[in-house]
Amino acid sequence: MKVVNYLIMIVFCALMIYASLGLPNRGDAYADLNKEKSLSQTPNAASYYIRNAKKDAETENMVTVILADYRGYDTLGEETVIFTAGLVCFLLLRKEKKKNGKKKR
Amino acid sequence: MERKKDNPIVSLVSRTVSPFIMLFALYVIFHGHYSPGGGFQGGTMLAAAFILIRLSLGMEISQLQFKSRWATPLGSAGVLIYFGTGLVALLFGGNFLDYGFIPFSKVVAENRSIGILCIEIGVAIAVMAIIVSIYDDLLEGSSDD
Repeated sequence: MKVVNYLIMIVFCALMIYASLGLPNRGDAYADLNKEKSLSQTPNAASYYIRNAKKDAETENMVTVILADYRGYDTLGEETVIFTAGLVCFLLLRKEKKKNGKKKR
Repeated sequence: MERKKDNPIVSLVSRTVSPFIMLFALYVIFHGHYSPGGGFQGGTMLAAAFILIRLSLGMEISQLQFKSRWATPLGSAGVLIYFGTGLVALLFGGNFLDYGFIPFSKVVAENRSIGILCIEIGVAIAVMAIIVSIYDDLLEGSSDD
């Protein structure tokens, strides 16, 4: 059984490495994602952000503008996820003190 | 939490370092417009400063700095600041989270810049409070103080 597990792992590893060979190089200006038009000949979002981020929001840091302005809904969801995680920890791990007859918090 | 032994070196170093961590966290939050950084990173560093005090000085002393029962309301307040900024934009006639419509100043681009700052502060408060809250909850669950 162990041999089968190792075999599956090696096959998946080989598959991943083979798939990663097809990716474009990092920072490749001529990769499909970095072109002005996408493969379906529609304008790419990335070039719009790079051109208009400073003009739209008076902010030098493009990443901040994308994170908080263009993709504001996404960040609101992320914050809600963090808040929910904290709330679940609060509900699961909190211990009420019943010895003195009063709650700790 | 009962502390077995006071270690002056640990307490002195952590008390000295913690304010500087907080200062750098505030720098990361408010300078997120011009350099890498922002609410998530800065909030995590603020929480690290609080947790450092909690680890080194114990739970009872650190309650003077940041009470455990403040953590969850503060986290809710952070999420509400974010949501409220979006809602104010909605009330002034724009889309939800469209900061250009909030009348901070006359220029639309500056409105968006200040709106981004508002939500970064909200994110930072929420992340800081929630991380401290998770630490407190874990500690309370493990020991019977």
